[in-house]
Amino acid sequence: MSRMPRVSRGGVARTLTYLSLIAASVVVLLPLLVVLLTSLKSEKEMADDSGALQLPDDPLNFDNYVTAFQDGRMLSAFGNTAFILLFSVTGTVIIGSMAAYAIDRYTFRFRKLVVALFLVATLVPGVTTQVATFQIVDSFGMFDSRWAPIVLYMGTDIVSIYIFLQFVRSIPVSLDESARLDGANAFTIYRKIILPLLKPAIATVVIVKGITVYNDFYIPFLYMPSEDLGVISTSLFRFKGPFGAHWENISAGAVLVILPTLLVFLFLQRYIYNGFTRGATK
Amino acid sequence: MTDTTEKAARPKEAAVAGRPARSRAPRRLRLRRGLTPWLFLAAPLVLLITFTYAPVANMVAYSFTDWDGVSPELSWTGAGNYVELFTRPELFEVFFVSGYYLAASAVQIVVALYFATVLSFNVRFRNFFKGVLFFPYLINGVAIGFVFLYFFQDGGTLDSVLGLLGVHSDRAWLGTPVSANVSLAGVSVWRYLGLNFVLFLGAIQAVPGELYEAAELDGANRWHQFRYIIAPGIRPVLSLTVILSISGSLSAFEVPFIMTGGATGTETFVIQTVKLAFQFNKTGLASAAAVVLLLIILAVTWVQRRLVPDDKVDLV
Repeated sequence: MSRMPRVSRGGVARTLTYLSLIAASVVVLLPLLVVLLTSLKSEKEMADDSGALQLPDDPLNFDNYVTAFQDGRMLSAFGNTAFILLFSVTGTVIIGSMAAYAIDRYTFRFRKLVVALFLVATLVPGVTTQVATFQIVDSFGMFDSRWAPIVLYMGTDIVSIYIFLQFVRSIPVSLDESARLDGANAFTIYRKIILPLLKPAIATVVIVKGITVYNDFYIPFLYMPSEDLGVISTSLFRFKGPFGAHWENISAGAVLVILPTLLVFLFLQRYIYNGFTRGATK
Repeated sequence: MTDTTEKAARPKEAAVAGRPARSRAPRRLRLRRGLTPWLFLAAPLVLLITFTYAPVANMVAYSFTDWDGVSPELSWTGAGNYVELFTRPELFEVFFVSGYYLAASAVQIVVALYFATVLSFNVRFRNFFKGVLFFPYLINGVAIGFVFLYFFQDGGTLDSVLGLLGVHSDRAWLGTPVSANVSLAGVSVWRYLGLNFVLFLGAIQAVPGELYEAAELDGANRWHQFRYIIAPGIRPVLSLTVILSISGSLSAFEVPFIMTGGATGTETFVIQTVKLAFQFNKTGLASAAAVVLLLIILAVTWVQRRLVPDDKVDLV
């Protein structure tokens, strides 16, 4: 990380810089803070019409959270999300690292074609093909089951293959060769040498993929219409229905969904930045 | 896959597989060696073909039919869907909505570039500002939709803030097509700014620090440093961002779908396609629309690659 040297310039420029940063922070944080405030208000306070910026009377009023958690079926939503996360992230790691290992360590016929297939696939935005993908998923009988999003997340994640490819390339081939002399076969080399050395890449993929899956709305919305198959996005979306204009309840639901992301972000900040930089530029 | 079973039965020989010296090996060994990579590629390739290439092929095929997505019967209509798409203006109108998101992307890139430049110099609370700018990108789209529904509500956040500033606006922000689209595009900027910002920041920090020192000795000011060192240094990322922004603008879905459901003239291309396919059972027409969108995005990408060839793609 190369920090640039401080340039001594007029205080005006520096003040303007800070002002712009503060303004941006207000723009980012204010909508979120207001929702947090709203989530702590009672129905009566909301009816008072005292304005969105009014502080709640009782800052420890968690009634709305209870409502959102129970009526929004948040427990089962978190459960479904966790199930899908576990399988799709594990699958992505295994599939991505295997593909990267084969592509980098072997010369074989059609290798260029295979690489081109993966490369061209990044150009196809998932949203465009969903109508046709739907028919395929449906023909496998996976529609309205948790396996539909799982296979879609595993099958259409090409970015992770690139991330793994870059890392596999940095692992010296001599390690493979010495293991091979000791009698290790291709799978043993992959499992005992490549996979452990891929840990940083795995961390990146787990974080990037995990956040994407946790936040995705489109795929679960299309493929899992059943109430009891709600993930957090779709459950939150459906929660708004019966609660129409009860913003105190809806806000609590939104905060419940945002909170885990915030915690993960605070603990893993640096890895998250790196992950997204790596994931998007490749 | 027969390759797979045969290979699994004889793991010993697979060990010999490798890059070097393939010409000397006996033919049988060479064959097995050739099969090993396919063992690893089987699952990824099957998934890739099933969920990316097969849908694209099917989509193109459906686009020439009048299929409703359910009945076993479908008939070939030739280019009928495409003609309908281009002659019924209301079906094509959704592309104008993308204009709002495109304009927003331009704003977003400029603002992200500004903050990335500012925060790569020494600034107090640098990490705090970095985190604040990036965090929205990580938030669940549905939650963002609700946060901003409340934001734009009558008597919601925006009206209250304007009230504090002495402006008593009494308007439904999502009530007219123009203001609704501007509001929704603004939400997109709020949401995606952080990603661009972090990409730019990473690229700027990859520029060697000595360059700035040298420039300073030569008396270059901040703008010169930006113009002659930072801008050229981040060109590849910049061009990538432009591509992502264009294809993102064309395929805007979540924010408008969650916030307005496509009402008051905010229907985007993807919302329309989803409705055509899953509400009105016009799979054929929806597929034709999707093919058009895909072609536009591929064309944009192709143009970008021609214009900025230094974008290194060294996969092989």
